Amino acid sequence: MKDIKEKEISYAKYGYLFIAPFFIAFLVFQFIPLIQTIYYSFFEYYRSGLKIIGPNPVGFANYEALFASDFPKYAGNTIIMWLLGFVPQIIVSLILAAWFTDIRLRIKGKQFFKVVIYMPNLIMASAFAMLFFALFSDNGPVNHALVSAGLLEQPFRFLSSVWGTRGLVGLMNFLMWFGNTTILLMAAVMGINPALFEAAELDGCTPRQTFFRITLPMIRPILVYVLITSMIGGLQMFDVPQILTNGKGTPDRTSMTLIMYLNNHLFSKNYGMAGAVSVILFIIAAILCLVVYFTLNSEDDSRKIKKRDRFKPRKEALQNNG
Amino acid sequence: MKKTWKAIMSFALIAAMAFGLAACGGSGDSGSADSGEQGKVLNIWCWNDEFQSRFNDYYPGVKEVAEDKSTTTLEDGTVVKWTINPNENNNYQDKLDEALLKQADAAPDDKIDIFLVEADYALKYVDSDYTMDVKDLGLTDDDMAQQYQYTKDIVTDSNGAIKGTTWQATPGLFAYRRSIAKDVLGTDDPDAVQEALADWDKFNAVAEKAAAKGYKMLSGYDDAYRAFSNNVSAPWVDGTEVKVDPNIMKWVAQTKEFTDKGYNNKTSLWSDGWAKDQGPDGNVFGFFYSTWGINFTLMGNSLETPEDQGGKAEVGNGIFGDYAVCYGPEPYYWGGTWICGAAGTDNTELVADVMKQLTCNADIMKQITLDTQDYTNNQEAMQAIADDPEFGSDFLGGQNHIALFVEAAKKIDMSNAGPYDQGCNESIQGAFKDYFDGNVDMDGAKANFEKTIKEKYPDIKTVVWPE
Repeated sequence: MKDIKEKEISYAKYGYLFIAPFFIAFLVFQFIPLIQTIYYSFFEYYRSGLKIIGPNPVGFANYEALFASDFPKYAGNTIIMWLLGFVPQIIVSLILAAWFTDIRLRIKGKQFFKVVIYMPNLIMASAFAMLFFALFSDNGPVNHALVSAGLLEQPFRFLSSVWGTRGLVGLMNFLMWFGNTTILLMAAVMGINPALFEAAELDGCTPRQTFFRITLPMIRPILVYVLITSMIGGLQMFDVPQILTNGKGTPDRTSMTLIMYLNNHLFSKNYGMAGAVSVILFIIAAILCLVVYFTLNSEDDSRKIKKRDRFKPRKEALQNNG
Repeated sequence: MKKTWKAIMSFALIAAMAFGLAACGGSGDSGSADSGEQGKVLNIWCWNDEFQSRFNDYYPGVKEVAEDKSTTTLEDGTVVKWTINPNENNNYQDKLDEALLKQADAAPDDKIDIFLVEADYALKYVDSDYTMDVKDLGLTDDDMAQQYQYTKDIVTDSNGAIKGTTWQATPGLFAYRRSIAKDVLGTDDPDAVQEALADWDKFNAVAEKAAAKGYKMLSGYDDAYRAFSNNVSAPWVDGTEVKVDPNIMKWVAQTKEFTDKGYNNKTSLWSDGWAKDQGPDGNVFGFFYSTWGINFTLMGNSLETPEDQGGKAEVGNGIFGDYAVCYGPEPYYWGGTWICGAAGTDNTELVADVMKQLTCNADIMKQITLDTQDYTNNQEAMQAIADDPEFGSDFLGGQNHIALFVEAAKKIDMSNAGPYDQGCNESIQGAFKDYFDGNVDMDGAKANFEKTIKEKYPDIKTVVWPE
């Protein structure tokens, strides 16, 4: 008895040894900076020229200043630009995923299309933004083409118009991510039991009915996953609008995202304010994660209940028939 | 198979993490170099390749330049390492600050030896302990006697010590298209054109005439900015308060009027459209430019075939030769680069020699002007060129622009320069671009300026606008 116990303990020891590097790295690179960020958000701490001011404790002054600023506006900008990219992205991805996996359509060169639509994601976001900046500049090729095609009288100044800039950001996010989403959704659709599609076909479902009644409900967990990852990515939207507007969020700060605002403070070494912004962002992200966690869990529960419900009427029907 | 794979993966992960941790240790031990011992590496920080090319071309000790230009080797074996960070949005300053704050702990060969500063923020470094008094380096008043007084004033700290020195003076002029001036004013003679543009009212009147003929007076929003901002009555910042000068608001009013009446092409400084307006397809009357801009930027933009595509800087290529210069409505300066010796350098002798050769040596200064037509910081040498009837710029149709620079340089007043200028200038241009574009009203533009400036400078608490 005694021998066995000792053996077990020595195994555990090695286990801890093996997971130690992760925890050390986590502690050094994530946990301590996290605590420090929260700590400094209660201080006046910045650099004025080459002089370091602070850290002087100021209580909640940074947070008061933050909520007196345009923080909600920047949050709104972020959400709008995320939606502008996400809505077309999810629609196009769903359609493409349905087409690519449809056994009756038998699209040729599927692999080729998968590679092509994924391609924009391989380009660095900043390079992509630079490209768009050049393409859509006042005298850029896009304006040139539009004017010579007779669609416009004179060049449209995309980057001086609120919806032009936001639209471009949305378009870029859409182009970069719809391939990724399509591939995820295709995997989800292919995971559905083909017998279901066959049965639907035999029962005379139109393709539309198959899509809305079978495909969509069956891939819901993946859809939720896509929504959440995209939302968190959207919350962190930074490089595309930063490069496109040269860090200014022009025009009238309507394309300034939350992280760009954070970057403005970090850039001028204002650690107190930057800390406060980070803490608020951390809380928002945490709430989002919790919401997701519970919806995903309750999703499973509800499906169980639904399954049970689904069987009930059938039994009744059988009984009635019988 | 699976087990081996797992084992390999876990070892790889552990190795990666251990390496990551080890990499964070290291460095640290160092000490300041003995003053007698001279280092073998000269670290120079700047924001473009202008000084780099001057150094490589004119510093007598240069032996060879690396192919990618990242280093220059001197004849005594010293290696010059160039660190170039773009200037915009305080980027260069922030990177430089970071490095200077670590200067004391850096290994002798990693310490910054020379860094360059611009007029817009020179004072920030001059009034700190991170720059060396040039007299401690070994420069004498005699060495600097021929330099313009204003180039010394701006780098003089509150105790009267001169903390930097420059090879250029940057008086500004108004460069106009001869062909357009002939069409609009009936003459392209610089004196007659100057007469027509002598003050802002006349300037606006010419803008109206030019518009009637289908030309634009200026290219964009910020073109005339420096001519207004250099003639303010007080520095930007007083304590923790930004005071916007009435002259800045005059720029806003004029630019709004020009925009609404179609006197400009709505471009911004350094944008593609702005550069294009200076070329063969441009329809713009003229540009406010200082010394470096005329012979470097404007000349490059005026060519049909750029020089790096095999074009030659000569009459016949684009509109080379179609520009001329006059003083414009108000005297101003724009830009300027000062060489500062960083405190803690281990190359004091070399730093002093670089300063002496490139900013005090009259022969080198004169040669730079003759070769590049840049305006250098030596009054005697510049006067000699101005008086030389043989000298003329082909680009400006044979005009001796140095003669105009000599006059304009006398009027430069830098007494209102301050450490916050770059951030304030960029912020006000950015905030009012939305106003000119019609995206916000006056109050909106003002509010956006206040937000931006407080983000850039956390110590700014209030902004006061003129009545």
